[in-house]
Amino acid sequence: MKYIDEYREGGTVDTVIERIERIVTRPWGLMEICGGQTHSIIRFGIDELLPDRISLIHGPGCPVCVTPIGLIDQAIELASRPDVVLCSFGDMLRVPGSDRDLFSAKAAGGDVRIVYSPMDALALAQRNPEKKVVFFAVGFETTAPANAMAVYQAQKQGVANFFILVSHVLVPPAMEAILSSPDNRVDGFLAAGHVCTIMGESEYHSIAERFKVPIVITGFEPLDLVQGVYHCVKQLEEDRHVVENQYARSVRSEGNATARELMDRVFVVTDRRWRGIGEIPNSGLALSSPYQAHDAVRHFKLEDKPVIEDAECLAGSVLRGLIKPDECPAFGHRCTPERPLGAPMVSNEGACAAYYRHRRNP
Amino acid sequence: MKPADTENADSLITGLACPIPIVDYPHVVLAHGGGGRLTRQLIEDMFQPAFDNPALAAQNDSAVFEVGSSRLAFTTDSHVISPIDYPGGDIGRLAVFGTVNDLAVCGARPLYLSAGLILEEGFPMDHLWRIVCSMRDAAREANVRIVTGDTKVVDKGKGDGIYINTSGIGLIGASIEPGPENIEPGDAVLISGDVGRHGVAVMAVREGLEFETEIVSDCGSLVAMVAELLASGVPVHCMRDLTRGGMATAIIELAEQSSSRIELEGDQIPVKPGVRGACEILGLDPLYVACEGRMVLFVPEDAVEQALAVLRRHPIGEDAAVIGRVTENGRAKVTVRTEIGTHRLLTLLSGEQLPRIC
Repeated sequence: MKYIDEYREGGTVDTVIERIERIVTRPWGLMEICGGQTHSIIRFGIDELLPDRISLIHGPGCPVCVTPIGLIDQAIELASRPDVVLCSFGDMLRVPGSDRDLFSAKAAGGDVRIVYSPMDALALAQRNPEKKVVFFAVGFETTAPANAMAVYQAQKQGVANFFILVSHVLVPPAMEAILSSPDNRVDGFLAAGHVCTIMGESEYHSIAERFKVPIVITGFEPLDLVQGVYHCVKQLEEDRHVVENQYARSVRSEGNATARELMDRVFVVTDRRWRGIGEIPNSGLALSSPYQAHDAVRHFKLEDKPVIEDAECLAGSVLRGLIKPDECPAFGHRCTPERPLGAPMVSNEGACAAYYRHRRNP
Repeated sequence: MKPADTENADSLITGLACPIPIVDYPHVVLAHGGGGRLTRQLIEDMFQPAFDNPALAAQNDSAVFEVGSSRLAFTTDSHVISPIDYPGGDIGRLAVFGTVNDLAVCGARPLYLSAGLILEEGFPMDHLWRIVCSMRDAAREANVRIVTGDTKVVDKGKGDGIYINTSGIGLIGASIEPGPENIEPGDAVLISGDVGRHGVAVMAVREGLEFETEIVSDCGSLVAMVAELLASGVPVHCMRDLTRGGMATAIIELAEQSSSRIELEGDQIPVKPGVRGACEILGLDPLYVACEGRMVLFVPEDAVEQALAVLRRHPIGEDAAVIGRVTENGRAKVTVRTEIGTHRLLTLLSGEQLPRIC
């Protein structure tokens, strides 16, 4: 298959690994931002192919994992209302809230539907004018344009029964938070290729400069990842720290102007709480004032109740790259995909789920 | 499972009390029917302790037991598929083939089926007739008779058009009785065709996804192919038909039941390009996507060529391939060699795979 097979070709991957081996002289910690990259790394065993001196640190780029528990509770509360149809990407349904997940809300009679696009949820609202249709809008910059489009169209077409529960987060503030932390171990970043496809490179230059870290925009296939590592290590060994683009087949330096324009119109930047990490200033998106009629929190007057996380769950340390999933004492015993303590064990992009699925000794 | 369950399990066995076994969900969720770990939890914690008997405990596709001088295989399968019609089949074909395939892979010749129909008030009569005709044709193809049945109608809104349950009885011939207990180190693992097509075909219709080429379900009868395979004298150690959890789930279960370590070669597992593309887009692993006319087989290395020759003589087996081998006995483990030469572990999923966010 074009654009897949050539990036999973063992010989080419080996060649790049050899090149990395030739240039590396010191230990380096590289963080891949995106959970999709983490799963690729674990699924293909890429971390095991790399020289010992390079440790890959798994980043916070799993939208499901960083969605605050209080927001999941709000989604469950909405799903339990008889007048609401709650639409979500499938991946959110198994994530535990304070006392249950959306699957349980569905089993208890809530109208919860898996959709593949926010536009499907909008169409559902148009077909069911007597219902209030809420789309659970999670994700990073990657999913924001499609969610913006759904709200934009709802406004334009006067679909007053369409709402979104927004939990959008942004990558660059999280990178700054990680780099500013006293226990930071990250020497360089593999930035998320699809986020940069939307946003371009510009936001990353100042981070590379101020924190003196190389940032290599990287794709998701095995060859992408080892090339990303190579460019990152090369910069570190040469004491350079700039933004490079490994994923040029998708990312243009200016990003996707149309998508960004739509995001700017529908969303404004706001402070956001990240599950497991805490509040990060200017790290999320909220609906801008012309579109607030579609804001589920506002319309349904949802309260932001304080929630206490399970103290046994070390998801925060995993998401900040301080420990690997299998270093958590609960991993695979008291925390499994059936009985997760935290979100990274359930999500398709969660680091704990990747380790459980591909690394655990059965 | 929680250690606290031991107490409940004991009291279930003694029959002194009958508490509901502790499961983690207080209500049934969809994943309990997904064929993964939650389904197994339900079977092991609730059904097996309650119905405790050797035929059930064997955990095979069919229960096998003796009646007089005959060895019989008996199985049942309920079909609640939505959509009712999909490229390559409909619920009627599925209801017949699902059950006969379960019998066939136990080494049985399927003889008789029952059909229980649960219809929703208002279901169009001509649609019902089409489904009945397709059951008739499927039964002819698999050489079985539908000899008894039942019909119930539920109020409009309380069903999904039509649900079909079929049960089947088959006769096991004298010589070979394939099963996981016969799996040995050195056995080759074969697959009878490409994987993942049924699941993707159904999902495409259900979710209105359009791909460049239409993906047609692999739904079909394994009966004639298995009969010829057994008659040909290939010493088949074990067979299992693939269903909801796809190829990976079936092989993992067999590895556990036989305490085997199995190594698969990823690039030898046949997956059609359309299925692969759809799975890449949706973030699904085709090895875990449903199949309805495929089986895995374990045969000794020296019988591989003969087995492949028989399988490939049948249209449903034309893409049959050797995909791996059993390396040793001991702790169950299934790995698959990736395109880049590393080995990844295959483990049971909780329930069905869910499409990813981005």
